[in-house]
Amino acid sequence: MDILSGLMQGFQVALTPANLLFCVVGVVLGTVVGVLPGLGPPATIAMLLPLTFKLDPTGAMIMLAGIYYGAKYGGSTTSILLNVPGESSSVVTCIDGYQMARKGRAGPALGMAAIASFIAGTFGVVALMLVAPALAKVSLAFSAPEYFALMVLGLTLVVLLAGESLTKALLAMLVGLWIASMGTDLFTATSRYTFGQMELLGGIDFTIVAIGIFAIGEVLANMEPTQPAEMLPVPKGLRNLMPTWDDMKRCRFAFVNGSVIGFLIGLLPGAGATIASFMSYGIEKAVSKRPEEFGHGAIEGVAAPEGANNAETGGALVPLLTLGIPGSGTTAILLAALVLWGFKPGPLFIQDSPQLFWGLVASMYIGNVLLLILNLPLVAVFAQLLKMPGYAMYPLILGVSIVGVYTVSASMFHLWLLAGFGLLGYAMRKLEFPTAPLVLGLVLGDQMEKALRQSLMMSQGDLSILLRPIPSVLLGAAALLLVVPLFKKFNAVRVQVIDRES
Amino acid sequence: MPSFVRRGDFWAGLALAALGTYIVSEARGWVYMGEDGPGAGFFPMWYGSAMIVLSLALVATTVLRGAPEPSRSISPWQDLGRALACWAAFVASVALMPVVGFPIAFALLTWFIVAVMARQPQRTAWAVAIGGSALFYAIFEFGLDLSLPRGMLY
Repeated sequence: MDILSGLMQGFQVALTPANLLFCVVGVVLGTVVGVLPGLGPPATIAMLLPLTFKLDPTGAMIMLAGIYYGAKYGGSTTSILLNVPGESSSVVTCIDGYQMARKGRAGPALGMAAIASFIAGTFGVVALMLVAPALAKVSLAFSAPEYFALMVLGLTLVVLLAGESLTKALLAMLVGLWIASMGTDLFTATSRYTFGQMELLGGIDFTIVAIGIFAIGEVLANMEPTQPAEMLPVPKGLRNLMPTWDDMKRCRFAFVNGSVIGFLIGLLPGAGATIASFMSYGIEKAVSKRPEEFGHGAIEGVAAPEGANNAETGGALVPLLTLGIPGSGTTAILLAALVLWGFKPGPLFIQDSPQLFWGLVASMYIGNVLLLILNLPLVAVFAQLLKMPGYAMYPLILGVSIVGVYTVSASMFHLWLLAGFGLLGYAMRKLEFPTAPLVLGLVLGDQMEKALRQSLMMSQGDLSILLRPIPSVLLGAAALLLVVPLFKKFNAVRVQVIDRES
Repeated sequence: MPSFVRRGDFWAGLALAALGTYIVSEARGWVYMGEDGPGAGFFPMWYGSAMIVLSLALVATTVLRGAPEPSRSISPWQDLGRALACWAAFVASVALMPVVGFPIAFALLTWFIVAVMARQPQRTAWAVAIGGSALFYAIFEFGLDLSLPRGMLY
């Protein structure tokens, strides 16, 4: 099926009243989540995932993806008005966005953030549509050894950029692998790490871990006292939100820079939207004719990073859908969602589930238009959410978490596990253990073990099967990346990137 | 008392080393490599061993690093206490569910967060608790037809 006919089919799917409604709900929820500091897309998607089991998977995926990219639009509002990033990927927008707001130009800053997000977000979807089918064709040649090596490389990249301490990131990933191997071994029917509990024979449901670590852990972390930030006034009226023609001309390169850098960084596991936005900001400043204005309210300093963090979504979905390799905590939850609904992300995903793939792509075009409409005239309404007291939000998160987990199996035992993983999530935050490697280890652990064991079965236990051309290159690259922190010069660059992200 | 004992990394490393040891000791009881290929113990043996090595490395670097920087040491007890109090309330609410059911247990949890953690007036706390719980019940039980935890009382 060629791209154009696929896209036409996708629009037929995405434009049905039900799916359009899911798209609207997703992008509105995403914007709300983006605006509210302390509540991120991974927590929201994890909490809502169990509630989607009764829904049509295409509509549910459209909604969850809407939350993912919608949050990136919303994050800029908080950065510009409060100097607090609503999302980690909007942290760089604080630099010039807040300065613009202090100088009375909050309107054009908010407007430019929405316009750049729309342009780059749409570019990301176009690139996803063009690159994903081509990559899927290439990856058809992959078998178990290649997949194992690819997963090792993906996990290595995530671990490398997850936290300042590589040891802690690796340990978090190993805990994820351990949780993934709990339950009955599918090859030999051996019960592993079940502690004699019948409830653990089927393993631990991914949603329990994700909700515990992201949602409950987040609530517990937010219970610690913080300094309240003061919000700058929100400009009223669409006219006051529109950037001038001169602003648009100044941001021409920023739109291109944000779009291309964001998409390319999105393709790499572990790098993510925050690094994409920092890189595009750095490039924009380096090539600007007015670098001295950066940090003092340069509008390009808003357009480039906001564009990059939205284009990253398209990039991140390419390895997720065509290889089944997620690159972040949020995409790991989306992968788990697809698997739970019975889909198999990988080389045959587009061929086997064209309705879902093309429906999702088309919905992202529609979602970006909806977000532009929502974020321009309604920005004042969303900004009011920042006045919502935490005591109203936290019980809501806890309640949805309980209902979400209980819905999966109607088991009180799972609620106890939820409490345990909530405490683990909080402890990880306090001790600076990154959570993304744990979640990725958990999502990929089962497949990784399966691929390794299948490879060794193919070779009758001979490890040299992993020295075939593609696996050896991928495993060599992973080994090289793990050695990087041993070299002071390279490690300094790695730590600099992580420091920016944190 | 040595300064490294005050570091969270020291205790986290020890706990993970214990977990790694448990993983490996369990894995030793399963087939490592059978006639058909790797057995159930193959993969856990590798990641369990890696966990022991890495966690001991974490303990060793923490011990060698000496006194903790203020920002890297365990958070002040007051901050930890608030988070743990909220967690304890969550656990208590889960424990109460088989007895009083979701609506009452959730209302009590909400009251605790609003009245005790956020120090809001009792009237606000009870209004948010009862209103929130009723809203949850209406949306999930009636609206979405999802079953909430039931108790002996409700």
